[in-house]
Amino acid sequence: MARHVVARAADIPVGGRKLVKIDGRSVVVFNLKGDFYALSDTCPHKGGSLSNGIISGLIESDGPGEYRHSRQGEIIRCPWHQWEFDIKTGRSWCDPRRLRLVKYDVAVEPGAKLVEGPYVAETFKVAIEDEYIVIEV
Amino acid sequence: MDIGRRSFLSGGATRLGKRPRIMKHCTGSGRTAIIEGGRVVSASSRDATAGENATSDHAAGSFKGAIDCDVHPRVPDILALKRYMNDHWRETVEVRGIEGFESIAYPNNAPLTTRPDAMTGKVRADDDVGRMAKALLDPQQFSLAICNCLYAVQMIRDEHLASAFARAVNDWVRHEWLDRDPRLRASIVVPIQNIELAVDEVNRCAEDKRFVQVLLLALGEQPLGKSMFWPIYRAAEKHGLTIGIHAGSSYHHAVTGSGWPSYYLEDYAAQSLGFHAQVGSLVAEGVFVKFPKLKAVLIESGVTWLPPYLWRLAKFWRGVRLEVPWIDRPPMEIVRDHIRLTIQPFDAPDNADTVRRVLDQLPSEEMLLFASDFPHWQYDGNAMLPSGIDAALRRKILIDNPKAAYPRLAL
Repeated sequence: MARHVVARAADIPVGGRKLVKIDGRSVVVFNLKGDFYALSDTCPHKGGSLSNGIISGLIESDGPGEYRHSRQGEIIRCPWHQWEFDIKTGRSWCDPRRLRLVKYDVAVEPGAKLVEGPYVAETFKVAIEDEYIVIEV
Repeated sequence: MDIGRRSFLSGGATRLGKRPRIMKHCTGSGRTAIIEGGRVVSASSRDATAGENATSDHAAGSFKGAIDCDVHPRVPDILALKRYMNDHWRETVEVRGIEGFESIAYPNNAPLTTRPDAMTGKVRADDDVGRMAKALLDPQQFSLAICNCLYAVQMIRDEHLASAFARAVNDWVRHEWLDRDPRLRASIVVPIQNIELAVDEVNRCAEDKRFVQVLLLALGEQPLGKSMFWPIYRAAEKHGLTIGIHAGSSYHHAVTGSGWPSYYLEDYAAQSLGFHAQVGSLVAEGVFVKFPKLKAVLIESGVTWLPPYLWRLAKFWRGVRLEVPWIDRPPMEIVRDHIRLTIQPFDAPDNADTVRRVLDQLPSEEMLLFASDFPHWQYDGNAMLPSGIDAALRRKILIDNPKAAYPRLAL
């Protein structure tokens, strides 16, 4: 297991997402109201890139013609077939037990701490005054 | 009056050949029945050479105690119905010279329409309760049979006339069939042209517990899941009636989505496409969410088309379920819990392994209900079940599944 510094926290605004590469893996990082979540970017259905998908709320219903909208911004839909995944858990809506995305642990660390190591920050410089997203893989 | 009849069948049978494959849905055991007085007295076939193939197991088996979920009493003529009309409608029939309503769904001379053992010369077994008993119920020793009268009430354009004919058909079935044979149950024919009148008819007939089902057709003017039909389902659920959807059409629209076909062969085969649409509609519109106790039986649908359609339905539901968020579990599960299918005809080759593989693809064995489809000619001789059905499943299909599908059979 290694911890990878993948982005400046400021690079992903609230409601945004960013595709990063970690040891050749595609990982998409979301910012939900200031909390960061990292999921594998590859849809387990046919391999669509989730980072290109629509972010939406959750639609539920109590009966025909009734629509209950909640959890605005917490669902990512694959751009290819629109299957829905819960950003917080990586689980699909239609088959949450068997069909899910790999979920990675994410931390936001101050640059001052990162400079001390032992972190992997291959692609950009870390500044002491900034905060960074660190993913454990 | 003979609405919608195309000049099919004086020559149609010839065109299709003596034994068109359309009736050879399954079974096809190659048997030749010997008929005497409308009763099968013996059958010669390769079944006689026991062990030659798996067909022998079921063909030799008894159907004693079975519940036949699809038999067709035929209204012999307009006089039979006039007896059950009030003065106004009786006079209307006379003054207008209405001779009756027949659709082209089962043309008289088409080989599918009447089994040879349902005929004695020109006398048919399906327009008299005694003759049907003698040709089917007695020799087979069925415990119960559900009468689905296919008189073409659904074709009539005038909804009030349709209502009068539906009432007459139901009262004719009640008095001429149910009252005369305790083994018989029946479906309620409704004037689907007017939902209020249809509900009235359901409520009127439901007082008689021998009516166990509301009969609808696979091809109508709107998909059956639409909310305009819900009052019928509400009434059915309240009375413990099952919804039966039988092959057939109001013939108000073409029987395919691409217009009218040329031949009866296409017309009959297209019925299964109608069933596809009805299953999709019932599921997507949320009928079984709204009426969780309701069951729908697909009668004479052919059965084996269903699994591939459900795979398609399930796959696309995952992507577009936002349209129908009330469908909160895979359509396969909803169909498993609410849809049943009569097993006659069963579209598959006569090969036990193939049949078993097809059956494995159905969501559940509880879905299959026994039916003879008498007097339609869906099988030869006595081969009323497809090959490859073991004893345990056979019992479910013949007895347990029908009982579960029709709560009123227990009354």
